[in-house]
Formats: sequence, structure tokens, C-alpha cells
Amino acid sequence: MNEPIISRPESGTDEAVRDALPTTGAPAPGRTASGESTPGAGAPGTLSGTVAVGAVHPAGAGAGDGVPSRADARAARRHARRMRRFDNPWLDPKLLWGVGILLAIIAVGLVGRYAWDTEMVYTGSAPLKLPPVGFENLRKQPGVGEHPLGTDGAVRDMLSLIIVGAPNTLFVGLVASTIGMTVGILLGFSAGFIGGRVDDVIRVFSDVMITIPPLLILVVVQASFGDVSLTLMALLIAGFVWQSPTRLIRAQVLSMRESGYVQMARLSGASTFDIMFREMMPNLVPYLFGSFIASVTTSIVTAVGLEVLGLGPQRIPTLGRTIYEAINSGALIQNLWWWWGIPTLLLGIMFIALLLINLGLDEVSNPRLRKA
Amino acid sequence: MKGIPTSYLANRLVTLVLTVWIAATLIWLIPRLSPVDPADIMLGRMASGAGSVANADAILASFQARFGLDDPLWLQYLKYLKNIVVFDFGLSTASFPTEVSTLVARALPWTLGLMILSVVVTFVIGNLLGALMVWERSPKLVKVAIPAAMVFTSIPPILSGLLLMWVFAAKLRWLPLTGAYGINVEPGWNSAFVLSVLEHGILPATAIVVVTFGFWALGMRGLMITVQGEDYVQLAKAKGLKARYILYRYMIRNAILPQITAFALKIGLLIAGQVLVERIFAYNGMGKLLYDAILDQDFPVIQGVSFVIILITALSVFLVDLLYPLIDPRIRHEG
Repeated sequence: MNEPIISRPESGTDEAVRDALPTTGAPAPGRTASGESTPGAGAPGTLSGTVAVGAVHPAGAGAGDGVPSRADARAARRHARRMRRFDNPWLDPKLLWGVGILLAIIAVGLVGRYAWDTEMVYTGSAPLKLPPVGFENLRKQPGVGEHPLGTDGAVRDMLSLIIVGAPNTLFVGLVASTIGMTVGILLGFSAGFIGGRVDDVIRVFSDVMITIPPLLILVVVQASFGDVSLTLMALLIAGFVWQSPTRLIRAQVLSMRESGYVQMARLSGASTFDIMFREMMPNLVPYLFGSFIASVTTSIVTAVGLEVLGLGPQRIPTLGRTIYEAINSGALIQNLWWWWGIPTLLLGIMFIALLLINLGLDEVSNPRLRKA
Repeated sequence: MKGIPTSYLANRLVTLVLTVWIAATLIWLIPRLSPVDPADIMLGRMASGAGSVANADAILASFQARFGLDDPLWLQYLKYLKNIVVFDFGLSTASFPTEVSTLVARALPWTLGLMILSVVVTFVIGNLLGALMVWERSPKLVKVAIPAAMVFTSIPPILSGLLLMWVFAAKLRWLPLTGAYGINVEPGWNSAFVLSVLEHGILPATAIVVVTFGFWALGMRGLMITVQGEDYVQLAKAKGLKARYILYRYMIRNAILPQITAFALKIGLLIAGQVLVERIFAYNGMGKLLYDAILDQDFPVIQGVSFVIILITALSVFLVDLLYPLIDPRIRHEG
């Protein structure tokens, strides 16, 4: 039953698996996923076989080769596909939930802009301190339908604040970590591949920079330069999230450099660029995603931290800035829980989603963490 | 320290010095790239206090001389480096004749106290729970409850701090809302003051512990799964050792090593998170000092606080690195 899955080299776009197969034999796909060959780690061979294939080809629907009869081949393929659909590690429930929640937040931001009057994020555009629908504030005013999430002490509508602010917060995280990731990939590969002096410099520099808490340098930057735009803040944060990907990729590259399929590729005359990006990169995918999500979390935490200290963009609504204004206006004592509570809750949900994605990715790359 | 190879020690020491030097340079350089002039801000403050400022030019010039802004840049830089070695960050511009180092020295014990308490508690609880999640003999409840509690691990402590403040201080009024001690107690070694400090410390410390222990628990879980299958654990079981003994001496002892490395990497973020917790709780530590300095645009204080916190981080990492070979004897032979 697991025969067609284990022995079939997938659709041919990926040379890593194919190169590995002739040299190291059947267990090779098992090690391409996470660098550990664990065909029998408590799970049937199918699992680790599909892990490898699935990790390299998330949507791999391959053509089997070297099978005698056509009908047999088709049946085997159908079976394999059906098994894969359930075994595909990328269909991890945690991963899906996490991605789903994040997409929902983005969707609220996108749809909200058209479905809701976002002009109400400006000061003085709504009544003062109304509670969300179904609650009463200290002045015994009930919530009204025009402002379903209430209004804040700066006379703005909470729903519009969320619609505009939440995507802004996510935007900073995504931009910063995309840049950080790119820098990390480049530096990590250079360090691992070129070695020598280059490696020393990159290693020491990333060791040094990983110790410095980004928040404190950024406080100095923003205190000296005053107001910044959202993009500039993302760029500044990006300067502090490249270290972990650099270290991670360097370590992985160093351990992969001596592995069979890379040796094979080198012997067959592949260029360094090809080895880096066509051979090694696909095998790093789960790690890269994991590292990316971790830096999104770090970036957002840093951004929110700056905003809560009253720095960051001063005129653009973000979740952190809303919390800052709420604390400063004594919203806690005045029982205006929706003012700070709604952004806090939303940020919390955002971080939980990111955590779920990361846990899911862990399970993708390390089959032993999965429930049998 | 005996048993640590000198090359390892030298390596760590170089990293420490480099870290502190780069941080100090950044802190010095960044404000000088900015078009905003601290002297202008100070004059602005005087003007807003008094309506107008006579002899503004003369005052500006005297400021320039006072803060050494007339010197060429390289000389300023060298002077700055010489000064920070002895923790001289100059004078605060907001509370003018006070030295920054005095302000920092006043805030530092609060921050360090809160930090050591919360970090130690978190590390111990987190690793223990992570180990229990894997251990086959731990009660069912542990295996169900901990993963549920770990949902909070990704949340930064400011958010949990806000929630705790609201529930326990604003709503239930069990604990004080802000500050590090009550306004009606006399600071000193008397029981009223100590009690007040403890009472005020509960919420900030809990805010940090609640959201950070899960990071360690998660990491520990992964490591324990690896250790669980090792031959020496099987052997220990076969020998008939007590399960608890195996857990502590065989499994946790081996699994915890990478956690200590992770600790060194994580400590910067922990401290940054704590600064923010102090800010929302108006706790008398570095966080509040930093926040007030940002409000007042008090550059010397911002620089001083940032530098000291980065220094604490770098020193903690260095200490962890030094302790590591003592915990893991294998590293001594690597050289």
C-alpha cells in the first residue's frame, strides 16, 4: 500500500529528491523534509514518506513512472492521492486555524473599508465614550447600532479604528519580517557557503545584534526623529529581525552542505546559485516559514511596544496607539473597557493565530510532534 | 572560573564588549543624524514656562559649550565613550541639574528585582510543566490543562498586564492599580513598606509569568520528546530506578541544556517586555523612567536608560554563557 508513495520520485520539478534517490536509496525522501531520516518513528512508513514529498511539493500530484499497467497505475495514483489528502502535513488543523484567523482579520480590514464608514477614525466624528451594543457606560447610556463596538474618549468609532488599525499593525509585522527574512536568507547562505572570514563576520555580527533588544535602539531612533510613517517603522524594525533567520539558515546550510544530494549536485556541476536555491532552499521551507512567523510576532510585539510608549506613527491609527491613548486617558479607572479591551483582544487573537501557525509548522517539519 | 577553556572565555568576552560598544555607538550616532536639536527642545520648554526667553542665542551657545557640542565629532565620540565607561550620561534636561546616573540608579533596583523574580519563576515553572507534558506518569489533568494555558504564550506581557489590571485592580480592587509601593508608606526596611512593595509587585510579575512560561514549556516539550526515546532513559527504567528520579536526573537534566541557550537569546525580548509592563503599571523602574523621558524628550535620560538596559542584557547573556560549561561538561573539551 505504501509502495507507490515511497518509491515514486515526484513530478520532476524538484531535483533534490531525484538526485538523492539514486545515491542514497529509498529512505532519502524521509530526510529531505527535516534533515532526519525517521521512517519508523512510531508512524507507518507512509507518513514520513509523504512528509518529505508533501514538504517539497505542497500540491504535488505526480505522475508515477515505471508501472506496468495503465489501469493499475491509475488506481494506485488515486489511492495515493486519497491517502495524501489526509496525510498531507500542510493540512495541519493548527496551521489552518492560524492562517484562517489571520486571513479573517485581513478580510475585516479589506471589506470593512467599503462596508463601514472609516471616516469615523478621525477625532470628533462620533459621540463620546459610548459602550458597545448591549452594554451601558457609567453615564447609563446604552450602546447604539451606529457604533456597534462603542466609541472612545477621543470621540472616534471603535469599529472603524479596528478596521483601519488592525491591518496597519499586521502590515508592519509582515513588511518588517519579509525584509528581515530576505536579509537573513542572503546572509545565512553566504555565511554557511562561503565560510572563512565572511562567516566569522556574519556570525559575530548576528550574535551581537541578537543580544540588543530592538525596542531600546528604536526608542532612541524614534525619540530623535519624531513622527515616522508606517513603512519607515517597518523598515526600522526589519533592522532587528534578520538575526535569527541568519543563524538558523547558517546552521542548516552547514549541516546540509555535506549531505548526499548536495554533494551529488556539486559533482554534477550545478552552480553554487543552483545548489543554494534549487537544491537546499526547498528543504528549508518549513524552517523558513517557522522563522518568518516568529519574526512577524517579534515585529508586531516591538511595534506595539513602541506605540504603547507613545512613539511610532502619530497620526495613523494602529492597535498599539489606541491602547496608548486609552491608558493615558485613564480608561481603566473610568471603566471604558472597550476602548483598550477591544484592541487588546484583537492583538491577543492575532498573536494566538501566529502561535498556532508556528505550532502547525513545527508539526509539519517534525513528525514526532504529531499525534499518531 | 575553573574548567572553562580560555578560548571560549575570550570569545564570549569579545562578543560582550562588541555588543556593548555597538549599542553605545548606535545610541550616540542616531540622535546626531536627526535634525532635531535637544537644545531647541530645552529652550522651547523654557519658553512655554516663561512666555518668552531673553538672550536665546547666548543660552544656546552656553548649552553647546556645556554639552560639548562645539568639539569635532570624533572628539565628542571619544569623550562619550570615556564617559559611559564610568556610567556618566550627563545631566537630565527635563529635571535639569540631576545627573542621569542618579535617576537610573534610583530606578534600577526596581527593574532588577522584578526581572529576577519573574524570570526565575517563569523559567522554573515553564520547564517543569513542559517536562510534565511529556512524562508518561504525569496526571491527565496536566496534559489537558497545560496546552490550553499555552494559548497565552504568544501574547506580549503588556496585553496580559492590561487584563490583569482591569480585573484585579480596577474591578475587584484586590490589588493596587499602579506604582511600586503605596503613597502612604515610608520607604525603608519596615514591614509596611515591604508588604506594600510585595502587594504592588504581584500584578506586574504575574503579567510577565503568565505569558512567558509557555515559551519554555513548549521548547521543553520538544526536547523531552527527543530525550524520552534515548537509550540511557530505557536503561534507567530497566535498572528499576524510581520514575521521579529518572525524570529529574536523566530526562530534565539532559533536555534542559538547549533551553539555557535559548534563554540567552530570549533575555533581550524579556527585558524589553518588562520595560513595557513597568510603563503601563507606572512601576518605579526603568520603564517608567524611559516613558517619562520620551514624553519630555529628555535625550540624555533616554540614552542612559537604553544603554543600561542593553548592558544588563549583554551581561546576562555573558553570564549564561559562562555558566553553560559548568552545567554541560562536554563543552569544556570543545575549546
